[in-house]
Amino acid sequence: MTVYIIRRILQLIPVLLGVTVLVFLLMHLTPGNPAQLMAGENAPPEMVEQIENRLGLNDPLPVQYFDYVAGVVQGDLGTSMRYNTPVIDEVGPRFWVTIELALYATVLSIFLGLIAGIISAVRQYSIADVSIMIVALFGLSMPNFWLGLMLMQWFSINLGWFPPTGWGSPEQVLLPVITLGTAGAAIIARMTRSSMLEVISQDYIRTARAKGVKERIIIYKHALKNALIPVVTVVGLQFGALLAGAVLTEEVFAINGMGRLLVDSIMNRDFPVVQACILIISVVFVVVNLLVDISYKFLNKRIDLND
Amino acid sequence: MSDEKILEVKDLRTSFFIEGNEIKAVDGVTFDVPKGKTLGIVGESGSGKSISALSILQLIDSPGEIVGGEINFKGQNLLDYSEAQMRKVRGNQISMIFQEPMTSLNPVYTIGQQIREALKIHRGLDKKDGTEKSVELLELVGIPSPRKRVTQYPFELSGGMRQRVMIAMALACNPELLIADEPTTALDVTIQAQILELIKELQEEMGMSVVMITHDLGVVAETCDYVAVMYCGKVVEYADVKTLFKNPRHPYTVGLLNSLPRSDVDQEELIPIKGTVPAPHEMPDGCRFAPRCPFATDLCHSELPSLDDVGEGEQVRCWIYTDEWDGDPEVKVYEPEKRTSED
Repeated sequence: MTVYIIRRILQLIPVLLGVTVLVFLLMHLTPGNPAQLMAGENAPPEMVEQIENRLGLNDPLPVQYFDYVAGVVQGDLGTSMRYNTPVIDEVGPRFWVTIELALYATVLSIFLGLIAGIISAVRQYSIADVSIMIVALFGLSMPNFWLGLMLMQWFSINLGWFPPTGWGSPEQVLLPVITLGTAGAAIIARMTRSSMLEVISQDYIRTARAKGVKERIIIYKHALKNALIPVVTVVGLQFGALLAGAVLTEEVFAINGMGRLLVDSIMNRDFPVVQACILIISVVFVVVNLLVDISYKFLNKRIDLND
Repeated sequence: MSDEKILEVKDLRTSFFIEGNEIKAVDGVTFDVPKGKTLGIVGESGSGKSISALSILQLIDSPGEIVGGEINFKGQNLLDYSEAQMRKVRGNQISMIFQEPMTSLNPVYTIGQQIREALKIHRGLDKKDGTEKSVELLELVGIPSPRKRVTQYPFELSGGMRQRVMIAMALACNPELLIADEPTTALDVTIQAQILELIKELQEEMGMSVVMITHDLGVVAETCDYVAVMYCGKVVEYADVKTLFKNPRHPYTVGLLNSLPRSDVDQEELIPIKGTVPAPHEMPDGCRFAPRCPFATDLCHSELPSLDDVGEGEQVRCWIYTDEWDGDPEVKVYEPEKRTSED
């Protein structure tokens, strides 16, 4: 187990190196000069060049890249070109906002998805099942920025129940979390349903019934634990989609999270901040999926992680 | 048969309702299990023997449904019981083991957890006592190093070992009746004999009654006291095991015996039963075996015979043994010395 975790963490290194190369190249190869943006459109060329020199933008690309990676390895994510502050100070506080948003949305989607999926499976083809699956289909098909705007229109503007923007208080948190969590809940509900249906027809479920086990315990103890493995996989993959969705959700609800920072920084060609954001998102995604893989072992002891 | 009956199944009917059609998987099945004895239920795949067994514990899943009859266990009709009352019977007074030991244990819980569960439900044993009892049970069913096994998962055990675990689990609460649904079909021949021997030993030790579902007449000869032969959802013959093998009455039973290799008679060839089992939706009007029966007459094809007493507690569902019989009055259904084909 420990060996496995260490090996997986070591595997992170090439993945993250790849991510830095890609992001670095993408940013530097797209048109737009940060120095020009900082100096203003009508600035004299000498001023632009001076800024370029200060930011090191005139060094050859490989040199710039190695300077950057060397900094990251030492824990220095660089300096924001736009604010002239350490990137970590820009990204840090906003990172926690996004993580909070993503975590709440994950919890909501797991909670709703599991309950809906179990009800659907236990009462296959009932009205409840059909309704849940129709709602799930809608949840899955709605683009989340549109859902966000609709929720805002309805609950904030028409009904005035929730503030339309911002982050922090429970009232502010609810709408963005629903916006971000709905698609995940729908996917998890569908996955749980099919997985449960498969498990319920297994011989060991009949064995449990023959032992005199209550139906409720059969569902939650005997069936669910077996049905969870594919569901957990989906949760892990879904987390990546959630981080991407967070960008849109933050824009819609004007939440000062990392997603919004990322979009602003791309607009302003603030290379170090963009690179830091994407690096952090990649690390989070890879770590979440590592946790998912480890959790398989707890769900089914037969799974040998070292294979 | 003057013995006390632990289980009396009367006119049991279990049907499956698929797309508006009723498929009568078990169509008026009647049999008794004398206390402390073993009843074998024999039949081909699809004869309704497993569904009969599952019906006793009411483990029939939708779209199946028990539509009629009585299942009297110690004088009480189980079909009158509520679901909660049935749960107290299952795994406690009546236990069941299944055909597929590889898939009948929950893969994500340890052997100990699965045996303990029944003990907790029916005996209220806590984890510590439950584990002790589980170790005892595993020892009883001949599993080596039981203390280690209770902490293992099913995938760490072989098929034979898993079937022993299933038996240990079934016996946890000293059931009065054990239903074994083809317990050896999925096992190697050498392991089969061991498992049958084990069930027999434990039966004697604990004074259990057993219902042994099988398609294997060898298993019947080895383990059963009485036999019910099923064909297409109905019992066609019921007799004690000696009578059945010495003097089979129903042409289907005779057909089964003739298709079995034997060492006690000089046998030139095995005689298969002609034809195939009719599909559930195209059951013949008369005797269900008539299309395959070498003795069938017009009467057989048009009217269904009833299950009648023909001797000391022996019953057969065949026109040949009735006064209405319209065929050759001297017909010999079973001729052990002259086992030749009809054609």
